[in-house]
Amino acid sequence: MKHARHPERSEGAGLLLCAILSLGATPLAAQTIAITGGTVYPVSGPRIANATILIQNGRITAVGANVPVPAGATRVDAGGKWITPGLIHANAQAGLGVAGLNGQQEGGVQGEVNPSFNPAEGVDPAAFTIPIARTGGITGALLVPGGSFFPGQIPAVNYAGDRLNDMIVSRSAAMVLDLTDNSRAAGGGSRAGTMARIRRLFDDALEYSRRKTEFLKGTIQPLSAPARELEALLPVLRGELPLAVVANRRIDMENALRLKQEYRLRVILYSAVEGWQMAREIAAAGVPVVIEPNRDIPSFDGLGARLDNGTLLRQAGVDVVIAQGDAGGERNLRYAAGNAVRNGMTWDDALKAITQAPAAAFGLTDYGTLEPGKTANLVIWSGDPFDFSSVAEKVYIKGRETPLRTREHELREKYRRLPP
Amino acid sequence: MHRSVIRGASLVVLAACAGAGAQSPAGSPPAPTSPAAATPAASTDTLSIDRPQYPSTYKRRANPPVFIRNATVMTATGQEIANASVLLRDGKIVALGTSVTAPADAVVVDGTDKFVTPGIIDTHSHLGVYAAPGTQAESDGNEATNPVTAEVWAEHSIWPHDPQIPLAVAGGVTVMQVLPGSANLVGGRSATVRLVPARTVQEMKFPGAPYGVKMACGENPKRVYQSRGPSTRMGNMAGYRAAFIAAEQYRHRWDKWLKDRKGDAPDRDLKNETLAEVLRGNISVQNHCYRGDEMAQMLDLAKEFGFKIRSFHHAIEAYKVADLLAASGTAGSVWSDWGGFKMEAFDPVLENAALLTQAGARAVIHTDSPDGIQRMNQDMAKAYFAGVHAGITLTRDQALRWITANPAWVLGIDQWTGTLEAGKMADVVLWSADPFSVYSKAEKVWNEGWLVYDRLDPKGPFKTDFNIGQTAPGVGR
Repeated sequence: MKHARHPERSEGAGLLLCAILSLGATPLAAQTIAITGGTVYPVSGPRIANATILIQNGRITAVGANVPVPAGATRVDAGGKWITPGLIHANAQAGLGVAGLNGQQEGGVQGEVNPSFNPAEGVDPAAFTIPIARTGGITGALLVPGGSFFPGQIPAVNYAGDRLNDMIVSRSAAMVLDLTDNSRAAGGGSRAGTMARIRRLFDDALEYSRRKTEFLKGTIQPLSAPARELEALLPVLRGELPLAVVANRRIDMENALRLKQEYRLRVILYSAVEGWQMAREIAAAGVPVVIEPNRDIPSFDGLGARLDNGTLLRQAGVDVVIAQGDAGGERNLRYAAGNAVRNGMTWDDALKAITQAPAAAFGLTDYGTLEPGKTANLVIWSGDPFDFSSVAEKVYIKGRETPLRTREHELREKYRRLPP
Repeated sequence: MHRSVIRGASLVVLAACAGAGAQSPAGSPPAPTSPAAATPAASTDTLSIDRPQYPSTYKRRANPPVFIRNATVMTATGQEIANASVLLRDGKIVALGTSVTAPADAVVVDGTDKFVTPGIIDTHSHLGVYAAPGTQAESDGNEATNPVTAEVWAEHSIWPHDPQIPLAVAGGVTVMQVLPGSANLVGGRSATVRLVPARTVQEMKFPGAPYGVKMACGENPKRVYQSRGPSTRMGNMAGYRAAFIAAEQYRHRWDKWLKDRKGDAPDRDLKNETLAEVLRGNISVQNHCYRGDEMAQMLDLAKEFGFKIRSFHHAIEAYKVADLLAASGTAGSVWSDWGGFKMEAFDPVLENAALLTQAGARAVIHTDSPDGIQRMNQDMAKAYFAGVHAGITLTRDQALRWITANPAWVLGIDQWTGTLEAGKMADVVLWSADPFSVYSKAEKVWNEGWLVYDRLDPKGPFKTDFNIGQTAPGVGR
C-alpha cells in the first residue's frame, strides 16, 4: 500500500492560502490553468497517461497526452496523481442542515403532497458539511427532499460558492415520489390505494392544465390538490422533468414502470433494493437507477436486498448511479463506489456511476466528464480514489481550486497534544 | 475477581476466573460450569441464586485440522509475517510462522496473495435485539420504562435467527457484545456471543465471558425521560449516584448474609444484583458517552463508587480526553468517521482512534450498526489512513488491534481470542486481499475452528430461519 502524503494536511494551510490569494489577485477570465503529468480518467473515454488538462474561464478547453501548455498558464504538477471528474452525489443533504439537530433540517415540509416544494432556498452555503463533502472529492450534489409522499423537487448544486446563486446548477432537476412502505398511509394503508391516489393527482393536474379558467372560476369539481401543487406536476407530465421514484419492492418498481408507460414520464428509480429482479425491464424502459451498493439487510420493503444489486443491474444494461447513505457523510461516496467494485462492478462502471451517470440522468449536460467544453469540476487524487489509502489533494469547481480545510481538521490540531 | 460469592449472579464470571486460574498452555476456556453440579446436594428449598442463571450451552464443533499456507499473517501481536502458514487443530491455533509444515491429516488452504487475521470482534452491536426485518415486533433493545433498568439482560431479547447475523459473519466477525439500547442511564446487562448458527442464544453465549452493563450519558436518557426526569445532565448524574448508593447497601446486606448464611436471605433484587456485581468488579461498565467532559464526570462517578469503566462507547470526543482515558485504563470504542448527527456528536475527527493510540489509551473501532459490522476492516483502514495522513505514527498492527485484540480486552476474553498466537482459539479470517483495501473480502471465517463462512462454497453461507425461502439471502454475494 502506498502511503501518500497529503500536501494540504502535512504542509499546512499556507499553500492553500497562497493559492486563494493568487486567484483573487488575477482576473480569472484571463487565467489558464494547465494540470500536467497526471493519469486522467475522463470517463468519456479511456484513461490517458501523462496527460495535460487545460482550464480557461472555468471550463475545460483541452485534455490529452500531447496538449501544448500555453505561455503564461499556471502550471499544476500532477505527476503520479490520478485525475477524475468531480464526483456528483445523487442523494445529497450537505447544506440542508444536520440531521438530528433540532430545527436544523431543511430537506422537507409537512403534508403529503408537496410537488411545489424546492429545498434550494434552505441551503446554507456556509454549512460545515460542504467542505467535508469536498474532502471526498464531491463537487456536485443533487439535494433530495424527503419525508413525505410527494416530498418536492431536487435542485442540483455545486459544492462551492458563497451565495446560493453561485451554487445552483439546476433549480429543478427532478421531482420525487416515494413509493416505499413510508407512503402506504398516503394511499389509505395499501399500495393499491397509493397508486390510485397518484393517478387522481396526475389526472387532476392534466385536467387543471386543460381547464385552468374554469378551475379559477370554481366551475369544476374540486381537484385533489391545490393549484400550485398540480401546476408543479405539469413539467413531469409533459415529460420535461424526471420523476425520481423511490421504490424497493419489486411490485413498487413494476408500478413505477407502469406509471411511466401510462403517463409517458421520464423516470429515475431510487434505492431499488430488489432492482436486480427487474433488471431486464428496467433496462428496456431506459430508466436509470440510483443505488446504495452496501444495502443488503432485508426488510419487508425489500426482502431481496443483496450486495451485487448494482452489478446485476449494470450487467443488464441499466445506467447505474451510486449514492451513499451511511453516517460517515457524503465524503464516503468514493468508498461506496469502491464497495460496488468489491461486489463485482467494473472499476470504470463504478467511476461512471458517480460522475457521468448522475449528470446524464439529471440532465446536467455540462458536468460529469473531462472533455473540452465541460465545466472544470475535477479532482486530483493521490492514488486510487476508491481506496482508503488515497486522498483528494486538490478539488477544482468551475475551474477554481476550493479549500479542503474543515472544522474537523481544526479540532484535530487543537487536541493533537494534550492538554491543549 | 474472586471477591464475588454470589454464585448465581456471577456464575459466568466465576467460570471466567476458573478458566484464567487453570488456563492450560493452549489457553483453553473452561467448560461451562453447572452450578447444579457444583452443589449436588441441591434440594427443593435452595435459593434461586444457587441455581443456574441462563448458562451458555455453546459447544465447539469438531472440525478437521486446517493448514493455511503461504499467506501474509497479521497477528495483532506486533507481527505481519509474509509467506507464513497457520495450523488450526481442535479449535486452537497450534502453530504459525514460516517454518510450520502441514500435517498429513490437515485440510490445506492456499493463502497465496491472501491475508490472515484474527476474527473480528465488535464491542457494540444490537444484532438480535434490533433484528431485521426491522419491525416493531422485534424492537427489543430498549426497556425504556425506567431510567435505571439494570435488571434486564440483553440475552433475553436476542433473536438467534436475526438475518443480520450471517451478514456480519461474511464480514469476518466472530464475536460481538450485544448491548441494550441507550435510552436509560443504566440499560441492563450485555451478552458476549459467538456469531454461529444457533437455535437459542444460549448456544451462542461465549463461555466464561464476563457480563457487561450498559450505561448511557447525555442526550438520550434526558430526552426519553424529560417529563418524569432525568431531564438534564445533572439529573443524569444524580440518577447514577442514587442507583449506586442503593446498590452499595444491597451489596453490604448480601455479602454479610453470604458469609455465614444465618437467618433469612435478604430480598433478591435484580437491579441491585447487577449493580452490586459492578461494585464487586465482576461486571464491566460499557458506557455510551459522546462528550469528553461527560467522560470526565463518569470517571469521577466510578471513583466515588470504586468501580472501573471498561470502555466508553460512541466516544466521539475521546481524543479531547485521551490522556484521562489512558490514565484510568478505560478504552475508547469509537467510529472511524461517524458524527455530526446530533449536538453531542458535533465534534468528530477522523483521527480519533489514532490520537487515542498516540496517547497510550486503548482504542477500539466499534459499529453500533448492522451495516458497519459487515465491513469493520474498512473502518479500521479509514481510521488508520486518517492517522497516517495526519502525520501520527501508527503501525498496521496497531490498527488491526482496534478490531481484534483491543475489543477482546474490553469484553474480558483476551486470554482466549483476539490475536493469532499458538494456544489461542482458532477465531481466524482469511482475506482475499489486504484487509486495509476497500476491495478485500473475507473469504473464509473459522469460529473456534468451525468453518462458519466460505465465500467459495457453492451452497452459499448458512441461513437463519428467516432467510429460508426468501428471494435473496444476500449473504456473501
